[in-house]
Amino acid sequence: MSERLQTLLEEAFPDAQGVEVVDRTGGGDHFHVTVVSPRFTGLTLLDQHRLVHDALAEPLGDGTIHELRITTRGDS
Amino acid sequence: MSELSDRIQQTIDAEPVVAFIKGTHEQCMCGNSERALHALRSVGASFTAVDVLPDPAIRQELSALSSWPTIPQVFAGGELIGGADIVQELAASGDLEAKLDEKLGDSWRNGGEERTVELTERQNPLRLVP
Repeated sequence: MSERLQTLLEEAFPDAQGVEVVDRTGGGDHFHVTVVSPRFTGLTLLDQHRLVHDALAEPLGDGTIHELRITTRGDS
Repeated sequence: MSELSDRIQQTIDAEPVVAFIKGTHEQCMCGNSERALHALRSVGASFTAVDVLPDPAIRQELSALSSWPTIPQVFAGGELIGGADIVQELAASGDLEAKLDEKLGDSWRNGGEERTVELTERQNPLRLVP
């Protein structure tokens, strides 16, 4: 499941400097994703997280993601 | 819009700070919900909690209104502030207090009062009779 999220995020953020997916419990449904992308620069945290939600709409919608933590960073 | 959806919107509009969580402010059933409440407490905010667990429709209607897929969701002055990660991040950077000041003036502290409200009626026993 981590690989699926990794792929979805890399496809949604082709210019990302970093995409990390951590399966927090090893159970394949509690994840912490970190995305570093210039697309976040200048966006509010809400809009940054919405971009990640959009990328993960499918696993969020079908219930495979039970819990999601998100860390986003733009250019630093 | 459904009656429940109306009630959710009214709660968002009427409560200065409202957190839709799994559980209640006294008995939180989810780590992310707990993190959001902890962030609100860390700045001394008064808040109203809504437990989404009694009825799955609450969560569905809420997410339809807010376009935010996950729980918890924290609103202030009628607007979505964010989920657990954002509220925690804002609290850590000091921006949460600034945001609450901006939306609510200085009324949001109000002694750090906490309460949980119910959005769905308890089941009417008469309806259970076949």
